[in-house]
Amino acid sequence: MSANEFSIADLKRILAEGAGEPDGPGLENKSLDADFELIGYDSLALLETSGRIEREYGVRLEEAQLAEIRTPRALIAFVNDHLAESVKSPR
Amino acid sequence: MTGRVVVTGLGVAAPNGLGSDDYWAAVLGGVSGIGRITRFDPTPYPARLAGEIRGFDAAESVPGRLLPQTDRMTQLALVSAECAFADAGVRPEELPEYDMGVVTASFSGGFEFGQNELRNLWSRGGQYVSAYQSFAWFYAVNSGQISIRNGMRGPSGVLVSDQAGGLDAVAQARRQVRKGTRLMVSGGIDAMLCPWGWVALLTSGRLSTSQDPARAYLPFDAEAAGHIPGEGGALLVLEDANTAESRGAPRIYGEIAGHGSTFDPKPEAGHAPGLQRAIDIALSDAGTRPDQVDVVFSDAAAVPELDRIEAEAITKTFGVGAVPVTAPKTTTGRLYSGAAPLDLATAFLAIRDDVIPPTTAVSLSGEYDIDLVTGSPRTGKPVDVALVLARGQGGFNSAVVVRKYES
Repeated sequence: MSANEFSIADLKRILAEGAGEPDGPGLENKSLDADFELIGYDSLALLETSGRIEREYGVRLEEAQLAEIRTPRALIAFVNDHLAESVKSPR
Repeated sequence: MTGRVVVTGLGVAAPNGLGSDDYWAAVLGGVSGIGRITRFDPTPYPARLAGEIRGFDAAESVPGRLLPQTDRMTQLALVSAECAFADAGVRPEELPEYDMGVVTASFSGGFEFGQNELRNLWSRGGQYVSAYQSFAWFYAVNSGQISIRNGMRGPSGVLVSDQAGGLDAVAQARRQVRKGTRLMVSGGIDAMLCPWGWVALLTSGRLSTSQDPARAYLPFDAEAAGHIPGEGGALLVLEDANTAESRGAPRIYGEIAGHGSTFDPKPEAGHAPGLQRAIDIALSDAGTRPDQVDVVFSDAAAVPELDRIEAEAITKTFGVGAVPVTAPKTTTGRLYSGAAPLDLATAFLAIRDDVIPPTTAVSLSGEYDIDLVTGSPRTGKPVDVALVLARGQGGFNSAVVVRKYES
């Protein structure tokens, strides 16, 4: 696992920091493909989460892109794709 | 429906007591919640005392998901709403969503939340501002969060008219019950004890700069020199009297019997201030004669000119010394939108126990011909009808008559 990888644990931590600790288990491996709304994160929670991802990982999600990302798996994949890009192309 | 709207639940958050039992014991015992500010260092400011709520742990009482998106005032409001429901014996999840609404009053909005995010904006940049700033500061946020948390989608809103708003909100909730909404939560909770809120309050020119908690907030006293701000307030559960009876509500505290609301004329117009008219309207709305009123909970501005206006309005309505007047808010400070709802809760407890809580610390100035209850609680007579007064800076006057409920 590379140091530049964005993992489910990273997403879980950022969700908790930005949008608070959930009542239930929150994000788990088995909920990777569940809609964010179903695991208790609304659009505003995702907006806050995307801001924190940008601050921490330098990966920017435009609003339109954010609206298309419905599941944790899709969000993690998006961040990792763009992390890989930014590693390949020197800033 | 009878058109009679009653209060069946109280949720109290006051500087001298969290929960109505603790608060009521403190008020009757003359225990004050006013002290030197601890939530920030007040040394650089001319006013340094406030009524702070101590021992409230939001992390213990508010769901984790709500913590990053709520100001302190909203956290207090969520907990108070929960207390009010429990007191009323109502489980909101068991009622249809559109049969319940929330109308609260607000004075400041979420100042502390806003202060933190403004600090993030100017010291670190826009990308560090919480997405929740979009609503966490907003006047309507307490109504919104109570509504979401408890699944209440009926008529809801917010009233913003400083201290008078606390009564106007309850009047609006009463209207909604009369129009057919089964249950309303109403009242107000304010909390703005942070440097930004404090500076805003100082601009009113009405804050006491006394450093002595025992002599700082002295309405109707010759030494009155402004008020002490406090945080907190109360939320009430309102229902139609028949609904409350038929569901077997654990208790009916009393009826919201009348409301009047007026606006002061322009200062240069030379007309009388609007407070007395608000009282007249409220009494007439309640179908109550002045001699039927057992106690007046005064606005108690502690600004000599405003105290004079209030004492005159009371004297003109009731006669010289003809009705007991009190201001238990001397133990909490002025709570802005939370003050009058807390006075309503206090009035219902006074009716329940037939006792008038005292105005602490004050010795009545010879300027005012009112029967101010000072020292210890006054007992010995039934308390069936109370008048609660509230004024807001800028000319707002409101009055509510509450009455013991007889089925």
